[in-house]
Amino acid sequence: MVKPQGCGAVALAIKARAGAMSAIASPCTGRLILPHTSRPRVGLFVTCLVDLFRPSIGFAAVKLLEDAGCEVIVPAQTCCGQPAFNSGDRADARALAQQAMDAFANCDYVVAPSGSCGGMMAKHYPELFADDPNLAQRAQAFADKCHELLSFLTDVLGVTKVSASFPREVTYHDSCSGLREMGVQSQPRKLLGSIEGLSLTEMKECDVCCGFGGTFAVKYGEISDAIVRQKIDNVCNSGAPVLLAGDLGCLMNMAGKLAREGRKIEVRHVAEVLAGFTHEPPIGAPTEGEA
Amino acid sequence: MTSPAFRQNAHDALADKQLQQALGNVRAGFIDKRAQAAERLPEFEALRDSARDIKNHVLAHLDLYLEHYETKVREAGGHVHFARTAQEACATIVEICKAQGARTVTKGKSMVSEEIGLNAAIEAAGMEAVETDLGEYIIQLRHEAPSHIIAPAVHLTKEQVEADFRRLHKHLPQERDLSQAEALLGEARMVLRKRFLEADVGITGANFLVAETGTSIIVTNEGNGDLTQTLPRVHIVIASIEKIVPTLEDAAQILRVLGRSATGQDMSVYTTLSTGPRRPGDVDGPQAYHVVLVDNGRSAMLGTEFEEMLRCIRCGACMNHCPVYHAVGGHAYGWVYPGPMGAVLSPSLLGVDKAGHLPNASTFCGRCESVCPVRIPLPKLMRHWREREYERHLAPATYRYGLGVWAFFARRPALYKLATGLAMPVMSYLARKQGRFKKLPLASGWTDHRDMPAPQGKTFQAQWRERGGRTR
Repeated sequence: MVKPQGCGAVALAIKARAGAMSAIASPCTGRLILPHTSRPRVGLFVTCLVDLFRPSIGFAAVKLLEDAGCEVIVPAQTCCGQPAFNSGDRADARALAQQAMDAFANCDYVVAPSGSCGGMMAKHYPELFADDPNLAQRAQAFADKCHELLSFLTDVLGVTKVSASFPREVTYHDSCSGLREMGVQSQPRKLLGSIEGLSLTEMKECDVCCGFGGTFAVKYGEISDAIVRQKIDNVCNSGAPVLLAGDLGCLMNMAGKLAREGRKIEVRHVAEVLAGFTHEPPIGAPTEGEA
Repeated sequence: MTSPAFRQNAHDALADKQLQQALGNVRAGFIDKRAQAAERLPEFEALRDSARDIKNHVLAHLDLYLEHYETKVREAGGHVHFARTAQEACATIVEICKAQGARTVTKGKSMVSEEIGLNAAIEAAGMEAVETDLGEYIIQLRHEAPSHIIAPAVHLTKEQVEADFRRLHKHLPQERDLSQAEALLGEARMVLRKRFLEADVGITGANFLVAETGTSIIVTNEGNGDLTQTLPRVHIVIASIEKIVPTLEDAAQILRVLGRSATGQDMSVYTTLSTGPRRPGDVDGPQAYHVVLVDNGRSAMLGTEFEEMLRCIRCGACMNHCPVYHAVGGHAYGWVYPGPMGAVLSPSLLGVDKAGHLPNASTFCGRCESVCPVRIPLPKLMRHWREREYERHLAPATYRYGLGVWAFFARRPALYKLATGLAMPVMSYLARKQGRFKKLPLASGWTDHRDMPAPQGKTFQAQWRERGGRTR
């Protein structure tokens, strides 16, 4: 999934020239790019966890997208339907997918600060409507314009650096859906590498699940706990005082476990650091007074 | 242990220090070896595609290839028995053994024989079944089921094996040093050599059945399969119907991904082909050759969303890479097939009402699918089982209720906006000094083990609207 550096910039340049053409294919992704001379219109799928628990990630995403030249809109939204889909409740999953497709119908792209929700829309929506020829086509067309935030910035928009500063040592956890469904691996590392003062120390088994798994963490709390314990051991052994990842579910799981174990590690979404939004208290830290 | 008791089994497994120590070996051993083996072979990914395609082709023409295979085995002088169920398969094998007046039956490692409970059937008929794979031999001594499909005793430490040998091998002198794995292997080999020679019937599984030639192929690292099938008077191959491949070339192609995916070996130490009984002029080999082809629920998977599971070549890579398997081990799954492949196959063979926990006990991290040599979309198939459970109202009521409440709000954006707009600031205020909750109603599965970070305050959408951000 790693695409040649700068190909997104080429795509944008071609797109800018495309003028009145009906549609062209991106040279690197083969995806159709809608031609218009204005800025790409990006619908932010904020994800329900970010909406409810950590809006600062949403604002970080808006900043990163706007800095990269996008027009960002936020249609009224709830959830992508993944919890229903993964629980075997296809009816609710389909209803929520249709709701999202309607809400974001007039966007060139749909971008989520999450590989998990991004993966749901980009990979699983077509599967949800596979038995319905009309909707299947629509779901596929919708899926094709859905992206995870960081890979969208680098692979589609050609962003290679950000202007933030964060003079800390960090370690990065590869969230599973982002990594395996959306191919997010080098992109966040590349962007983090451009942050002034930041140094990235890789933890052991950075690509192994943290044990979150959505409802799994509640349904099989004990097993989830054993997995996250292993994960935070690896986090702590890296020696880095800051843990970053690209999915709030995993971050809440790891932050919750680190806090329960009394480990003083700062946990943040990678987009917050890239956008320079590090004035916010880290995930699970008090908003006022001492812990 | 049974699959319905998965939750309790997992609880016990997590508290078992010795087991946890042994499971560390799975994490440490298999993963790097597979990755290095795949790395060494530039065409590895293409071979995975090819292996998938071969198996898909077979499944689309299974009837044809089974008949062709049967014809070829008969031409080579062997007998083919079709068994619809576990009971039929056991009865057929017991019948063959009895007709030979057998007392001792040696066995190469075979997961399908575990599936059908063959050892119990042989013993109930008054004969002795002797497992000859080292791991299988150890768990037979302990009266346990395998906990892994290629490393059946992976749940044990070598200290436990030493203790078992000292307890059960009465001839062992006290001073004999058994602290090293090689010494344990040597001891088992001494005991088993005698058993190989006295066996009347040898039973092996099969990794492949070749339709073109009527050949069965097994891979082993110990050579026990060869001794099991060449020394006794009768050789019985037991295999499930989806083990068929069209040609020897196809088998060779899949072998290239099998060893690498399983143990990181380019090839297993022994790859043994057998075609029919001893022919005139052969220096060794059995006098009679039987193949028992077991269906036991597989043909019912054909044409369903679970058909892809029949591509499985039993390499074990999915469980080797599974965080849940790493945490609880194979026995927690309650039946012979653990890990992600078991989470799909067990409900297919036992019924989702009995094995329903298994496809739920996954984080859907997708690592299993990413290493499967025949590219079985294991998370997707587990999800299909969850759909069946949901349709049949087998999922726990509290869980369905919780999901229903959530979906009710999520499907009504205005109500969602109202409810979350009120709730999040309140939750945030309550946790303002801690930044997290140590206990939450209905989420004890979470808060028993870790804190729940609190919301920052107003929802993103509420703040966005206040700032006058574009919403349309």
